[in-house]
Amino acid sequence: MILNKNLKSILIVIFATLALNACAIKKKSGDMSGDVYTGKATIKYLASGVPDRVFFATNKSNLTTAARETLRKQAKFLRKNKSLNVTVEGHADERGTREFNLALGERRANAAKDYLMTYGISGKRISVISYGKEKPVNTASTPLAWSQNRRSVTVKVN
Amino acid sequence: MIRVILILLFFLTQTNKAFSLIEVDITRGNLDPLPIAVSPLHVDPNSKTGSNIKVKELGEKISEIVEKNFKSTGLFNPLKKDAFVQKPDIAHLKPRFEDWRLIKAQALVTGKLLIKDEKLKIEFRLWDLTASKEMIALAFTTTPSNWRRVAHIISDKIYERLTGEEGYFDTRIIYVSEEGPKNNRIKKLAIMDQDGAKTKYLTLGNELVLTPRFNPTNQLVTYLSYFRNLPRVYLLDIETGVQEVVGNFPGMTFAPRFSPDGKKIIMSFAKDGNSDIYTMDLETRVVERITEDTSIDTSPSYSPDGKYICFNSDRSGLQQIYVMKSDGSDVKRITFGKGLYGTPVWSPRGDLIAFTKVRKGRFYIGVMRADGTGERLLTENYYQEAPSWSPNGRVLIFYRETKSNSKGEGHSAKLWSIDITGYNERKIKTETDASDPSWSSLLSK
Repeated sequence: MILNKNLKSILIVIFATLALNACAIKKKSGDMSGDVYTGKATIKYLASGVPDRVFFATNKSNLTTAARETLRKQAKFLRKNKSLNVTVEGHADERGTREFNLALGERRANAAKDYLMTYGISGKRISVISYGKEKPVNTASTPLAWSQNRRSVTVKVN
Repeated sequence: MIRVILILLFFLTQTNKAFSLIEVDITRGNLDPLPIAVSPLHVDPNSKTGSNIKVKELGEKISEIVEKNFKSTGLFNPLKKDAFVQKPDIAHLKPRFEDWRLIKAQALVTGKLLIKDEKLKIEFRLWDLTASKEMIALAFTTTPSNWRRVAHIISDKIYERLTGEEGYFDTRIIYVSEEGPKNNRIKKLAIMDQDGAKTKYLTLGNELVLTPRFNPTNQLVTYLSYFRNLPRVYLLDIETGVQEVVGNFPGMTFAPRFSPDGKKIIMSFAKDGNSDIYTMDLETRVVERITEDTSIDTSPSYSPDGKYICFNSDRSGLQQIYVMKSDGSDVKRITFGKGLYGTPVWSPRGDLIAFTKVRKGRFYIGVMRADGTGERLLTENYYQEAPSWSPNGRVLIFYRETKSNSKGEGHSAKLWSIDITGYNERKIKTETDASDPSWSSLLSK
């Protein structure tokens, strides 16, 4: 019995190490961290040095460190251009059911809007719209394409 | 849409079911479909019409539609006509049962038609070849242009007589027609007969449209439109073409469905990143909030008695299916299996809820009891979702998408149907790519 218990804990340690290793490998792969896109391929710019979009993990709407940095740049840009209004578009990848994705896109767009508001941009200047999975930026059926499609995009409206 | 008036002229005879020897058991997957001979309808040589219908071919065409309907159920095996031994008019009077039994038919459909004074008169009979007797005889009179519907109604009557369940052939499917590349997809509302005939486009494709659903009691449809880039739930009368926005919400409304009595629309309203479920009474315009939770609450669907609502929520952290009373009280989670669950739809019979399940990157269409027990996965694929019930609760229609390649090309979206036994999966032909199907109630009910 005791031997058994020891064996069990050893096995647990081994498995935990393996799992950690797996995570570490996953994090390094290409233009993705976990499943969040970290590359620049699809990004457009509101102004020089101000990216228009941020990326999300599968089924998630919380902002990554990189997303917050981008949104702070957008907020700074919007503070300088006081007459400018924007729409934040929320998008999902093609691997979810349509209706749930519409709700998820709305939640992502609002996560970005809320962050812009905490950096001093009036909510009146920001409208949101969700497109769910309807407007992919990359039409391939690959994990990379999906990570580029899980996004919110800030678009100038005037 | 042409309003169709069918007059049931006379009801000749209907023998008691208890005396017939053949019947089709539809509760199991049917691996032994009933061999049935559908004789071409005899066309009365005095038939004449001013319209462009080819009268002489009509008897053949109607029998072909009936055969196609039967074949699509997987429950019947329509026999090849070249083996038929009796002329249609003689068979209709009194078949030589032993001759038909010789080609291994167990049931026989015969009929005749006459077009006179722009009226189509059709008579048909169903014969039990094992017991050597007539099972149904019915006659209809209608306008000649309704001949397809008559073929579907005949199919329904025979299906009902042989299975003991209501048919679903005299029905239509509303869906979203899709064309063009994935990143610039043109979507239009489209409607067709259940067998894929008579496709008609209801919108022009200028704005994105999604998730059309039939009112179970009339010809109204509710759907999501991005008209003027404002995603809102709309109501459309497919007979008059009149459209209107449902309610006056300051944000996106989506995932609409009718209540079983057709008097309310239930849908999601998204505000500040939170989606909740609301209803609007179509007569009084009173809006009621049903859920109040910080999570996503969407895809609501009423039980057929209107007392309960199943819906999709991530209040537990991930996408799962819940059931509550129709006033929003007594919320219970019903899915606990591994994976994510979405698009719950209550069966019109009330016994089952159909759903989409996502697990390990695969998509399943399944059914379970309303308390979440007895989960059965019917079909697995790369991507499929949005099941909709046939009005008799026996068949599900849904859409399936294929992968695109690394260049983002080669993707397709098609409608499929499957029996709730998990057998008889079929692709439904559409003129364009198609998604988000919704099955109407029986039109002639």
